Amino acid sequence: MKIGSRVHLLAGVLTLGIAIAGCGGAKVGEGTGSAAPQASSGAPAAAGTVKIAINPWVGYEASAAVLAHVLEKEGGVKVEKKELTEQVSWEGFETGEVDVIVENWGHPEEVKKFIDEKKVALSAGSTGNKGVIGWYVPKWMADRYPDITDYKNLNKYADLFKTSESGDKGQLLFGDPSYVSNEEAIIKNLKLDLKVVTGGSEAALIEGATQAQQQKKPLLFYFWNPHWLFSRVELARVSLPAYTEGCDADAKKVACDYAELDLDKIVSKKFADTGGKAYQIVKNFQWTNEDQNSVANDVQNNGLSAEDAAKKWVDANPAKWQAWIPQ
Amino acid sequence: MAAERSSASDGAVIEVAGLWKIFGPRSERVLACSDKDLDPAALREKTGCTAAVRNVSFQVRPGEVFVVMGLSGSGKSTLVRCLTRLIEPTAGEIRIGGEDVGSASPARLRELRRHQVSMVFQHFGLLPHRRVIDNIAYGLEIQGMARADRYRRAREILTLVGLDGHADSYPDQLSGGMRQRVGLARALAVDPQVMLFDEPFSALDPLIRRDMQAEVMRLHREVGKTMVFITHDLSEALKLGERIAIMRDGSIVQLGTAEELVGAPVDDYVADFVRDVPRSHVLSLRWICRDPESDEHLDGPVLPADMIIRDAIPASTASARPIRVVQGDELVGVVDRVDILTAMTSDAGAPAVHAEKASA
Amino acid sequence: MSAPAVPVTAPQGTLRLPRWAVLAGIAVLFTVGYLLYRGTGTLPHDDEAAPFLFINDARETIDAGRNENPLFLYLINYLRLFTAGLYDLLEVGLTALGWPGLIGVMGALGWLAGGWRIALLAAAGFVSFGVLGLWEASVLTLALIVAAVLLALVVGIPLGIWTGGSARVRRLITPVLDVMQIMPTFAYLAPMVLFFQIGPASATVATLIYALPVTIRITALAIEQVSPTAIEASASLGATRRQTLRKVQLPMARETIALAINQTIMMALSMVVIAALISAPGLGSDIVRGLSRANVGFMLPAGVAIVIMAIVLDRMTMAAARRRVSDRVSYVAAGMLALAGLALAAVLPAEFPEEWRISFAGPVNDAVTWAKFSWYDVTTAIKNISSEALLNPLQGLLTSAPWWLVAAAVLAVAWWSSGVRPALTALGCLVAIALLGLWEHGMETLTTVLVAVALTLLIGLLLGIAAARSLRFSAVQRPLLDAAQTMPAFVYLLPALALFGATRFTAIFASVIYAVPPVARLVEEGIRGVPPTVVEAAVSTGSTSGQLLWKVQLPMARRAILLAANQGIVMTLAMVVVGGLVGAGGLGYDVVSGFVQRTDFGMGFTAGVATVLLGIMLDRITQGADRRPSP
Repeated sequence: MKIGSRVHLLAGVLTLGIAIAGCGGAKVGEGTGSAAPQASSGAPAAAGTVKIAINPWVGYEASAAVLAHVLEKEGGVKVEKKELTEQVSWEGFETGEVDVIVENWGHPEEVKKFIDEKKVALSAGSTGNKGVIGWYVPKWMADRYPDITDYKNLNKYADLFKTSESGDKGQLLFGDPSYVSNEEAIIKNLKLDLKVVTGGSEAALIEGATQAQQQKKPLLFYFWNPHWLFSRVELARVSLPAYTEGCDADAKKVACDYAELDLDKIVSKKFADTGGKAYQIVKNFQWTNEDQNSVANDVQNNGLSAEDAAKKWVDANPAKWQAWIPQ
Repeated sequence: MAAERSSASDGAVIEVAGLWKIFGPRSERVLACSDKDLDPAALREKTGCTAAVRNVSFQVRPGEVFVVMGLSGSGKSTLVRCLTRLIEPTAGEIRIGGEDVGSASPARLRELRRHQVSMVFQHFGLLPHRRVIDNIAYGLEIQGMARADRYRRAREILTLVGLDGHADSYPDQLSGGMRQRVGLARALAVDPQVMLFDEPFSALDPLIRRDMQAEVMRLHREVGKTMVFITHDLSEALKLGERIAIMRDGSIVQLGTAEELVGAPVDDYVADFVRDVPRSHVLSLRWICRDPESDEHLDGPVLPADMIIRDAIPASTASARPIRVVQGDELVGVVDRVDILTAMTSDAGAPAVHAEKASA
Repeated sequence: MSAPAVPVTAPQGTLRLPRWAVLAGIAVLFTVGYLLYRGTGTLPHDDEAAPFLFINDARETIDAGRNENPLFLYLINYLRLFTAGLYDLLEVGLTALGWPGLIGVMGALGWLAGGWRIALLAAAGFVSFGVLGLWEASVLTLALIVAAVLLALVVGIPLGIWTGGSARVRRLITPVLDVMQIMPTFAYLAPMVLFFQIGPASATVATLIYALPVTIRITALAIEQVSPTAIEASASLGATRRQTLRKVQLPMARETIALAINQTIMMALSMVVIAALISAPGLGSDIVRGLSRANVGFMLPAGVAIVIMAIVLDRMTMAAARRRVSDRVSYVAAGMLALAGLALAAVLPAEFPEEWRISFAGPVNDAVTWAKFSWYDVTTAIKNISSEALLNPLQGLLTSAPWWLVAAAVLAVAWWSSGVRPALTALGCLVAIALLGLWEHGMETLTTVLVAVALTLLIGLLLGIAAARSLRFSAVQRPLLDAAQTMPAFVYLLPALALFGATRFTAIFASVIYAVPPVARLVEEGIRGVPPTVVEAAVSTGSTSGQLLWKVQLPMARRAILLAANQGIVMTLAMVVVGGLVGAGGLGYDVVSGFVQRTDFGMGFTAGVATVLLGIMLDRITQGADRRPSP
């Protein structure tokens, strides 16, 4: 290895780069290099590559897997899955790192910034799934303490929820740090004796809930529907003050339950313009909460990979997915 | 010293006058005031500076082997590095081959180092990643000499220093003595006027050191370079040096021939240094001859005054008469067996400080 | 700080209190202060602290100006495009070789680097990526690593040479490198997204920044280590500085610079996983996915692939560094290997054959599940006991004590251990944390770090001593430590998570696994480094082996042990922040959250800074002990 000559060579390369940089301004979103959605990796023969963000929960993964399967099978494109958290995925619309977010949970701030202001993304319509976030306790707790499902009584039971991590308050177990969350504001504004403890992942929530129900241990946790867990473990939702239009407008003043969301797909402007058939498939993609739960259940509990589970669903439900294919 | 000053200064290869090197912060300011005359400990205490070379002046004649001797920390290594400004002197004048080194531009200085002065180092300073031949050719390489030419030259030198057959070895495959031969060869390869030796053999075993000293003397005879030789070993100094400068705390305390140093040390420091030197091996008859006594016969053998005492033993044993010591045609004095015997027995003892004799 | 001299009647005059007495005094004063002022002067956490909001605003401004600000237009966006271009080039190039081609080329490089053994290792290593079913991901990771390492070398080696040659540059650059190295990797990500957005370009830059301090440090060290006589000899022959650099310093620093390259690669490999969070392609993605699904079986192959890649690249670079020249046989063999690979690439299918793949996700997950259930009682007990007995009291103490009391205690302890200046630095860091609005979280993190460091040192010391005293133990332990050190930090989180759930203890457990290997190694080397004559002298006076250890080896290995403590702190701090992902709370969670939630950006960024401050504070408290005379 001749370090000297290598240093020279590399210095030359760097100088070249800087020289290019001297010629004018570079703007983001003009898509060169790997910023272009179809430039990167793999099969150059394919019509293109669609980059789907994978947000960290299994329901999302199920939707993405089925959509990817259909896209590759019928849309003639290669799908690249990117393991990204929700807000980071939105950043990808700007650079071309992400073409599709399959299951968007509201995110009004991102909608405003990336769809309305920067105009690099747009909604591709509903997934057909209805999503709602809420606070849950295992069923046995609701049976033993019937009034626990009203938030007003939570302080009465706060001691039950104490853990080594929550100090002298009750624990509210939260999931991945990147999830949509009003927990801190709700606790503060409703004056609840609770402390948010972050489990770090969906898996931590599932495991906590399963154990709590099986071993009759107290647990209060953040969760959401659609989710396959409801068909396996009995859970009871704690009702917070009912959602009213605009009660969550100011993130600091939220004191109400989460809204039920019509989950939608977000795609990059570029993909919408140039995606052709693939974009049409994404736009037409729609299914039910039950569909998603069955695929997610296969992935999580039946040892199938996301790809295999998707294939299984696609094979079993031809009518549903054929409706997504543009004529 | 008086004799030194009278010699023709335009004949000298190296002339050093009023050279100072002070290490530490604001050394110029120290030099400008009287602090510079403080003793080392007081200077360091007061200014944080160390005066490594203090007001040193000397001249080296063409073809001479000039030895600078002193204990570690006496400033001798700094002095030799100041000559080609490997260490930048604080003040003073240096001329090599008549050229003012102190005011030379960096390019000019490089030329000087490339063609006129080369140096041999105590720890060899070889380049471990290069073969012996490439080490020797290094100086030629940086001059820009073509590969074939420099290899041809390097091979000649390789033979000269007795390293035939080792051209393709790497330095770490050689013994210490052989490595220093490479160092020597590297310095010789550029065919300099002057060679500087910075304690070149002090890292070697005594036997090998002796070989190398002989080697240097042989080379000196064969190539006739002017040499400045730094050492802390008195016997090495006496063996190699035509003239020897003894340094202490940055100053030259005495400069003279081996004979002058041993016969007439200027102070206790020098006297202490030369205490163990066998006087009869260094001093000439001149140092022990005396005026003939009235009853002595002046018909004994005649010997020259600069003959070493030891060499006079055969003549003194061959004749019962005192030896007549002559300088040219002039009788300087006489020496008898007892005088020679006394000189030889006093080898083990300390010489007195003969300051008065040196000045005589 | 010396104890006040107490006059006594003994003829020798004064008696000095032992050093520990001062520490005990500080503890007593702290306790008294705590009992008197508990609950006052606390600084509870506020998500809306002024510094956070300020940084959030700055972020919005920067984000909005991405296409107008000249800094972006003429520098950052071009850097992004250039980096992306380099990555694409490498990715296309490596992919175009095809899997047999790449394996052949790696084998050829291995042969050139170190003969047939390294060639075999390289080829087998790359085959294993295919066998693990991770061929494509591995190639993408390799492209990312190569891009980041190339850039790190282009920037780092000249900087390192400059640093190594100039004391002034070194003084300027050292604090910057310190901060870069203490800065938790996670804290890089959010600003990286802001400036470079997500994708391979920003992942490359993040990896580059993470690896750069090591490149610069070791290169500088390499240049400093070159024998001054050789440089002087070169100068004495009239070489210009450039000639000396090219012909003497660089060649003589070659092996150490190769080590710099080697370490740069290792650092880059450990960053690729975290970079996956900003859409770095490759193996990291699988690990992140495994983590979010709590699926050990999913992430383990990717972790193994990273370790294999690390081993292959490590052995190749080290062999290349030692090698003097390659003979003709090597060139022919290497050429034939590469050609064979490329020829096969034309014949064999483009994808690594399915039937050669092995999957062990199922058995691994079964094993994890088994361990989780059968060790449940033990792990829960460990977790609860350590939480109740260590973590909670300490955290309660630190968060409920007045901030000035904690600050005073830190000042006193740092003064005691390191002297005035480090103590003032430590105090400054602590006050800055308070001013940043992160006091409470800082104290939580400090608690976690203290407990983790204590455990790390305890375990590391025991392992290190055992290894130093038994060659056999050392031989068994060494490869395990090697593997543990190359494993990406993330991989440790999962078993910890599986065993202990999402708690602070999980982060502690993971950071202990992460930090023990270097500590054990440093301790072992320190003890082995005691000169044999000293040991011989001690044995000849009749010391038992216990006395030898306590009175000779450990005291003489003190420097190494302190260095180990210092290293342990930095590594633990890094891991505790990653532990924010699995419930560690404190600053780590703030950093993680700042990355994934836009509204927390300011808090996350500030928490990254606070982590650095905490690191510097702990460093100042421990470093000074090094300079004190040995007991």
